[in-house]
Amino acid sequence: MRKLLAQAVVALGLVLGLAAPAAAATTSAPLQHQQWSFSGPFGMYDQGQLQRGFKVYTEVCSQCHAIQYIHFHNLGDPGGPFWSPKYPNTNDNPYVKAIAANWPRQVTEINADTGDPSHRKPTSADVLVAPFPNDAASRASNGGALPPDMSLLAAAREGGPDYIYAIATGFRPTPAGIKNAPPGKYYNIAFPGDLSSYWTGDPNAVPTGGFISMPPPLTDCKVTFDDGKPCKVADEARDVAAFLQWASDPKMDQRKQIGTAVMIYLGIFSLLLYFSYRSIWRDVEH
Amino acid sequence: MADSVAGESAVPHDTPDPSRRNFIHIAAITAAAGGVAAIAWPFIDQWNPSADTLALSSIEYDVSKVPLGQQVTVLYRKQPLFVRHRTPKEIALADAVDISTLRDPATDASRVKPGKSEWLILIGVCTHLGCTPNFDGGDLDNGRYGGWFCPCHGSVYDTSGRIRKGPAPKNLYVPDYQFTGATTIKVG
Amino acid sequence: MSEHSHYEPQTAIERWLDARLPIVRFSKELLDFPTPKNLNYWWTFGGILAFCLGVQIVTGIVLAMHYDPSAAGAFDSVQHIMRDVNYGWLIRYIHSNGASMFFVAVYIHIFRGIYYGSYKAPRELLWLIGAAIYLTMMATAFFGYVLPWGQMSFWGAKVITSIFGAIPVIGPAIMTWLVGSFTVDAPTLNRFFSLHYLLPFVIAGLVALHIWALHVPGNNNPTGVNVKSKSDTVAFHPYYTVKDGFAVSLFVIMFAIFVFFMPEALGHVDNNIPANPLATPAHIVPEWYLLPYYAILRAIPDKLSGVIALAVAIGCLFALPWLDRSRVRSMRYRPQARIYFAFFVVACLILGYCGAHEPDDQIIPGLAAFNIGDSSINSMAWLSRIAGLYYFAWFLLINPFLGLRETPLPVPDSISTPVLSHPAAAPAGAAAAPEKKG
Repeated sequence: MRKLLAQAVVALGLVLGLAAPAAAATTSAPLQHQQWSFSGPFGMYDQGQLQRGFKVYTEVCSQCHAIQYIHFHNLGDPGGPFWSPKYPNTNDNPYVKAIAANWPRQVTEINADTGDPSHRKPTSADVLVAPFPNDAASRASNGGALPPDMSLLAAAREGGPDYIYAIATGFRPTPAGIKNAPPGKYYNIAFPGDLSSYWTGDPNAVPTGGFISMPPPLTDCKVTFDDGKPCKVADEARDVAAFLQWASDPKMDQRKQIGTAVMIYLGIFSLLLYFSYRSIWRDVEH
Repeated sequence: MADSVAGESAVPHDTPDPSRRNFIHIAAITAAAGGVAAIAWPFIDQWNPSADTLALSSIEYDVSKVPLGQQVTVLYRKQPLFVRHRTPKEIALADAVDISTLRDPATDASRVKPGKSEWLILIGVCTHLGCTPNFDGGDLDNGRYGGWFCPCHGSVYDTSGRIRKGPAPKNLYVPDYQFTGATTIKVG
Repeated sequence: MSEHSHYEPQTAIERWLDARLPIVRFSKELLDFPTPKNLNYWWTFGGILAFCLGVQIVTGIVLAMHYDPSAAGAFDSVQHIMRDVNYGWLIRYIHSNGASMFFVAVYIHIFRGIYYGSYKAPRELLWLIGAAIYLTMMATAFFGYVLPWGQMSFWGAKVITSIFGAIPVIGPAIMTWLVGSFTVDAPTLNRFFSLHYLLPFVIAGLVALHIWALHVPGNNNPTGVNVKSKSDTVAFHPYYTVKDGFAVSLFVIMFAIFVFFMPEALGHVDNNIPANPLATPAHIVPEWYLLPYYAILRAIPDKLSGVIALAVAIGCLFALPWLDRSRVRSMRYRPQARIYFAFFVVACLILGYCGAHEPDDQIIPGLAAFNIGDSSINSMAWLSRIAGLYYFAWFLLINPFLGLRETPLPVPDSISTPVLSHPAAAPAGAAAAPEKKG
């Protein structure tokens, strides 16, 4: 039994040890781990935080960033910012319908009679309408840089919401020893970069971080929250990071709940099987 | 080696309590069966319509967009939905029918909402084999029925969408809908 | 199958079947198969592997009902599965983590086979079929990882298909033929999807042959001593069906921890970015189970030599039954071999670790050291070379010569003799000469 446990631990260690990520050649400030309501095996999303984060996305980020895998009805799904047990069918959820109806951009379709583009208000079945119709238009409006789609941003970056929080709060004035900084970019301590070619100071003290194309998006209380929660940059950053984590993993609450039930079941089942096994082997010398 | 019959030794000789030992096996098998049933459900449910399909399970429409005597075809659950703004003549023609003569008896009143009989909402799928009927106002039957005609096999529906002639067995289906405002409907 | 069966059909239906297609007889022979009674938990991994294959096939077929194998739609279809399909996230995570679990089990299964000498005569063909299954598993997993068409899918495919470009003269033509375009592109994805669907059934067929080849001589056991009499064995059912079932349930606990609580821990964050042929990720790494081979490939700076080293590394596995000259089967009685084997396992783990890093990454960060050739001695490049050297040495030098020069412990007469005693305590009356293999 102990041997089996040891084997399991070895297997786990084998697998996790080999999954270690490669060390980066560029530098960025060491990632601080934030406190999240959804951390750990039993952590769940905080609906209030998701609503605040959604407000930050709507009022700030959605000017440049699309979120192509989130439909309006997803906002009312279980675990989502506007889920309510009164509306199990999110098509009926009045908050969802209001958000869709009041979305600043309309859905572009082809008019079936004339073949020309026509516009209509989004419904809950539509994707949150993007700020730009395609990547080329997005680059043209953002100096050649492409603001990444945010649906999977938290899953596509090491550190997930910790990284997003770090970027949003990591803008600093360009250090004094930086010369010929690239135009139209902003120094951010959390953005991976190699500043050695711009650095004129001590070669052993190159500042960590890099130049990001996004200007600092947040200021204190740029977004005010209806529940009166604090709205400093750090708070806005934390809330939008939690919202983006939800956007990349909307099933997390359900997944962990089912997981807990499964672990309890497997524990009991393994025990039953173990006693069954011992019962069968009782009279065999082995 | 080929003839080892060690299986026989599975039944021990001095069993202290066979019923107690069987219990553990029954318990384990029952737990296994429960586990299999629980894991089977996701594999069955994944064939049910997915969330993006269900998002289209109900639509809202402003019927004031449809002029008198005209019909608009809207996509509803991936199928055509007829929204017809009936003239008084069409309504009268529908009411005048003796429903005992119908293949699929139904009064016109049962197919519209009270006080809103000018609006006829139908699933535009012929109940014979699924083609989309056209509204021809009765051109092909001297105005006797005044409704839809299905080009595939010649089913004829009247101004209430009821089957009058041809192979279709049932009337054009009226979907589940409500008036959510004076001129807005929610279908599904 | 060559044994005389004890099955007597009881009912009329059984007699009817037995005369036409004796599946009941065949099943009973499998269930009653005489199995050594001293098998330890390392032997449960065969059953665990069969379970994993079943899980991957079932979840894979279901995923294929929702997946779009076109380059334009693949990434979106995976998001559709994760977000819209009922329990799609669960089926997808079971499949992706199941692949990793499959490889955890296969590596333990292989190391068990090496340690206990299960590859030695008369089980050489069993071992070769197993190696073929392993190779097919690696191909299947590689094709499968390309399917989500994320950044790592695309660039991993690019790196691995470019290996074929290293073949002299005909390499570039073969590479173009393989990918179906100027580079990894939409045609590549479509054909990889078809192959990914096909190969698991090839694996299933090989597994059938693997079990057949096992049943001819019968299972090996921890002593390495042949079964001598009935009392050395028990029926496979219920003794080992239930034991394997228990082992599977423990395995599923580990599996479930990944699926439900850290489903993306074994993947790479870059694969959540849609494939972009114009943007190369900072670090291209394959999935963890291919990392040791990736390290061997990169250990030699010359491209063709690296490819040859990779091929030889896999070829060594196939050659093992003929490389090892020991007359004792199980390393339980070969203390020196155990030590070399332990280092071999460590070398494999180190190679995996190196594969996850860049060749120039430092082993001890911040420690300046001199260069040998093109790389610092404190670099992953040299660590992978040293570990790789030991890997090849273990197969090609240690195995052939150790068997002839070592002094093994006395091997017990039979399985039943050392019952309940640890192998370190040599049983009284055991033969002085080591047990001859065969």
